[in-house]
Amino acid sequence: MSGKGMSDKRMTVAEVIGELRPGMTIGIGGWGSRRKPMALVRGILRSALTDLTIVSYGGPDVGLLIAAGKVRRVVCGFVSLDSIPLEPHFRLGRERGTVELTELDEGMLYWGLLAAAHRLPFLPIRAGLGSDVMRVNPSLRTVRSPYPDGEDADGEELVAMPAIRLDAALVHLNRADRHGNAQYLGPDPYFDDLFCLAAERRFVSCERLVPTEDLLAGGPVQSLLVNRMMADGVVETPHGAHFTSCVPDYGRDEEFQREYAASASSPDAWERFRGRYLDVDEPGYQEAVS
Amino acid sequence: MTGQLLTREVTRAEVCVVACAEAWRGDGEILASPMGVIPRLGAQLARLTFAPDLLLSDGEAYLLDGDAVEGWLPYRSVFGVVASGRRHVMMGASQLDRHGNQNISCIGDWQRPARQLLGVRGAPGNTANHPTSYWVPRHSPRVFTGQVDMVCGVGYDRAAGLAYHEIRRVVTNLAVLDFETPERTMRLRSVHPGVRVAEVVAATGFALAIPGEVPETREPSGPELALIRERLDPGGARDGEVP
Repeated sequence: MSGKGMSDKRMTVAEVIGELRPGMTIGIGGWGSRRKPMALVRGILRSALTDLTIVSYGGPDVGLLIAAGKVRRVVCGFVSLDSIPLEPHFRLGRERGTVELTELDEGMLYWGLLAAAHRLPFLPIRAGLGSDVMRVNPSLRTVRSPYPDGEDADGEELVAMPAIRLDAALVHLNRADRHGNAQYLGPDPYFDDLFCLAAERRFVSCERLVPTEDLLAGGPVQSLLVNRMMADGVVETPHGAHFTSCVPDYGRDEEFQREYAASASSPDAWERFRGRYLDVDEPGYQEAVS
Repeated sequence: MTGQLLTREVTRAEVCVVACAEAWRGDGEILASPMGVIPRLGAQLARLTFAPDLLLSDGEAYLLDGDAVEGWLPYRSVFGVVASGRRHVMMGASQLDRHGNQNISCIGDWQRPARQLLGVRGAPGNTANHPTSYWVPRHSPRVFTGQVDMVCGVGYDRAAGLAYHEIRRVVTNLAVLDFETPERTMRLRSVHPGVRVAEVVAATGFALAIPGEVPETREPSGPELALIRERLDPGGARDGEVP
């Protein structure tokens, strides 16, 4: 099979953003300040999109979108910049009451994505029981195992973690081909494949587009995390995870991250940051940070 | 081994490292997940001495045997280990109550907090699945409070349905605490050398269970001190966490 005739899914950042609508639930891959699809996030920042629900192992993707007024609700277990533990714009959003929160245990978020990926209404999990996650998410229900638990005729009570269905998923990987097969070359896949499986529309950005036959030159077959069944669009965005890490292509830009964090110190600081780095297109951004 | 390094007086931070290490004693071949400088040194010390079967990660995706990578543990696999129960985590706590309920999410009303902190992270799942300990580098009534604002890690009074719930230890800069009372409320297990029981009581915002005789937290042995000072933390990062 030569693969001739397979869909060419190459898109631009603007074309991806054009597929998104106000009010959508959007899952964003990566973890904390690691391998975030920042070029796509910057595309949303430049757009007219608002009222978004963002599902994320949260990092600066969440903070930037909140600061730019794009977010109605965040679904997460944390928002952190890793080397800076508290995400400053998420903090401001919460403390000013400008953003709603669905606060979940990290494992519950995993389970919710897995349920959606498997088209199950929920998956049982022990996490959450006894904690205030149940209080702040009053729609969460528990379920009792239909199977006896040892001596106990009543099965164990568990949280029925509902599926977290996504309208769209945005992920960033190191390499991809034009058909949507995508590869991570760092040590951790995070949950990028699950975000894609849980979503209606799936968009993969990558550091570099390569011919399919070159993928295995970069890493073992196990590094092919996303296959073309799981992707609707592919965008080549070199340095597109900046300022988060995208090892082995590059590490986190700690100096720039500190500058970003400082932008939460006052409205003026944010406007300056925004003017310099966000009110420009992606090539303009890359030039400004180079 | 340099004599000068070892004759220096034992510091409070070093006592804390050993107290953290002791939390993992007897755990066998499980994942030790320390959060913070001193818990990490404690887990490493335990592994090098009395708990050689412990597994340690680099906090990213690798299991490390010294400098050698002995396994792969990306984030998603950690949740599998959590659910399997083969893990003992030592987390931080912005607030802790006498039942062991822990908060790292936010201070004030959750709807609109006075101060947003980390979020619940994995605390609900940790406490529902495997032993959990806490590390508090500054023991104060702000941390040890009557009621936490958001229950992240589950305490004993809310753990009735949780078969795998255990809060092993709370280690602070002043003392070691546990829940080994009939009511499963917080008990003073030992005070660090040089700390009076009254100091711990004054720094705790609720009534602790206090045995008739409170032992002193043990000091590091000579070999332990050598490991801490010369191998694990020659740069003295521990002193930054507990001066």
